[in-house]
Amino acid sequence: MAAYFPVLLFLLVGLAFPIITLFIAQLVRPNRPGDVKSSVYECGIEPETPAWTRVSVRFYVIAVLFVIFDVETIFLFPWAVKYGVLGLFGFIEMSIFLLILVVGYIYAWRKGALQWA
Amino acid sequence: MNEQLLRYLVIPMAQIGAIIGVMLLCVMYLVLWERKLIAFMQVRMGPMRVGYHGLLQPLVPKAADRWVHLIAPIILMIPALACFAVIPFAGTTFDIAGQTIQPWVADLNIGLLYFLAISSLGVYGLVLAGWSSNSKYSMLGSLRSAAQMISYEVPLGLSIVAILMLSGTASLVGIVEAQRAAGSWFLFNPIYPQVIGLFLYFIAAVAETNRAPFDLPEAETELVAGFHTEYSGMKFAFMFLAEYLNMILAALIVSVLFLGGWLPVTFGIPGLHGLFGNFLPFLGAAGAAITGFFWLALKVFAVLTVYLWLRATFPRYRYDQLMSLGWKWLIPLGLVHVMVTALLMLLRG
Repeated sequence: MAAYFPVLLFLLVGLAFPIITLFIAQLVRPNRPGDVKSSVYECGIEPETPAWTRVSVRFYVIAVLFVIFDVETIFLFPWAVKYGVLGLFGFIEMSIFLLILVVGYIYAWRKGALQWA
Repeated sequence: MNEQLLRYLVIPMAQIGAIIGVMLLCVMYLVLWERKLIAFMQVRMGPMRVGYHGLLQPLVPKAADRWVHLIAPIILMIPALACFAVIPFAGTTFDIAGQTIQPWVADLNIGLLYFLAISSLGVYGLVLAGWSSNSKYSMLGSLRSAAQMISYEVPLGLSIVAILMLSGTASLVGIVEAQRAAGSWFLFNPIYPQVIGLFLYFIAAVAETNRAPFDLPEAETELVAGFHTEYSGMKFAFMFLAEYLNMILAALIVSVLFLGGWLPVTFGIPGLHGLFGNFLPFLGAAGAAITGFFWLALKVFAVLTVYLWLRATFPRYRYDQLMSLGWKWLIPLGLVHVMVTALLMLLRG
C-alpha cells in the first residue's frame, strides 16, 4: 500500500490548492455586488422562468446505456491484461461475452435508443 | 524515522509541487500558443503587446470580482491535478544527495484504471456548476457536457483495451517498457499497428475535454459560455485551468500509450534504436532522465498542436451528429478493434 501514499498526498494537495487560492482571492478582490451584477444572465432580458425545469428523457436513456457499456469495458480490462497468458481460451470466452453484448446493442439500436432526434 | 519522513513525505511533496508548478506554467503558455497558432492559421499575428512577440502576455493579471458558487470549480480541479500522480515523465531513476528520485509520483499497477477513474470524476464538477448557477445556459451546457462525456467514455475505454492486451500490464511505466521490449511504439506495433486505437482515443479525448469540434457544452453562438456562464474571477480561472490541464493530460496519455512515452523519437527505426537515448552522458542517470523528459515533452507538444489545429480547422458538430458519431460509429469500431487485436495476437504472437 506504500505506493498509494503519494497518490493520497496528491489528492490532498489537489484539494488544498484551489481552496487556499480561493480563500486568498477572496481576501484581496474588490467586492461591489449590485442588483444587475448579481442577476442571472439571460441576454439582457429579465429571467422569466427558473432554469430548474424538466429535462429531456434522452439524457436518462444515455445514462442507462452508459452504465451498461462502461461496465462492459471495465470487464474487458482484466481480461485484456491477462490475454497473453489466456490464449485461445480467452479469445473464445470473450467472443461469447461480446456476442451477447452486441445482441443488446443491436436491440437498443433497433428500439431507437441511439437515435437522438 | 527521519529516513521514513524523507521518503514518504518530503520527496513526494517536492515532486507534487514541481508537477503542479510546471503544469500551471505549461497551461499559461499553452493558451498563448493556442492564440498564436490559430492567429497564424487565420493569417493574423495574435498577441503581440507584452514582451517579445507577446511572450509575457499570460503574466498580466486579471482583476477578480464576484462570488457565486464554490464547490464546482474545486471538484473540477482535484481530478485534473490528481491524474498527474501516475504519469511517468521519464524512464530512469536517479540520485540526488543520496536519495533515489523517481521521475513519477507513483507507479501503480493499476495506473491506467486510476487515470480513467479519476479523470471521469470531473463530470460532477460540470454538472454541479451548471445546476447551481440557476441559469438556462449553464443548465443546458452542463446537461450537454455530461451526456457527451459519458458517451465518449465508452470508446475511450475500448481504445485502451488493445494497449492493455499488447503490453500485459496496466502500469503506465510498464506500458512504455513493453514498447521498448516490442522494439517500436504501439502506434507502429509489428503485430498490429494501433492506428485505429490512436484515432479512437484521440477523438474520444477531444470530446472528453469539450474541445472543438466537440465544444457544444460551451458553444458561444447558442449557449453564451455554457456551464461557466455565471462564473467569474478565480472560480472561472479554475474551470479554465482544469480544461487546459485535462488537455495536457490527454496529450500525455496519448504520448505514453501510443507514441512510446519517454523513448526517443527515432526509437523503432533500425540502427537508430540506441541513439539519442541520453543527451547529457556526463550527468549519468540524471542525464537520461532529462533526455526522456525532453522527448516526452516534444511528443506532448506535437499532440497539443494537433488539438489546436482541429479547433482552427473544423466547424462545430450538431448535437445529434455528435451523439450518433459516439454511439453508432466509435463504439462498434472500438469493439471490432479489440477483436481484431485479439485475433492477430493469436495468429502472430
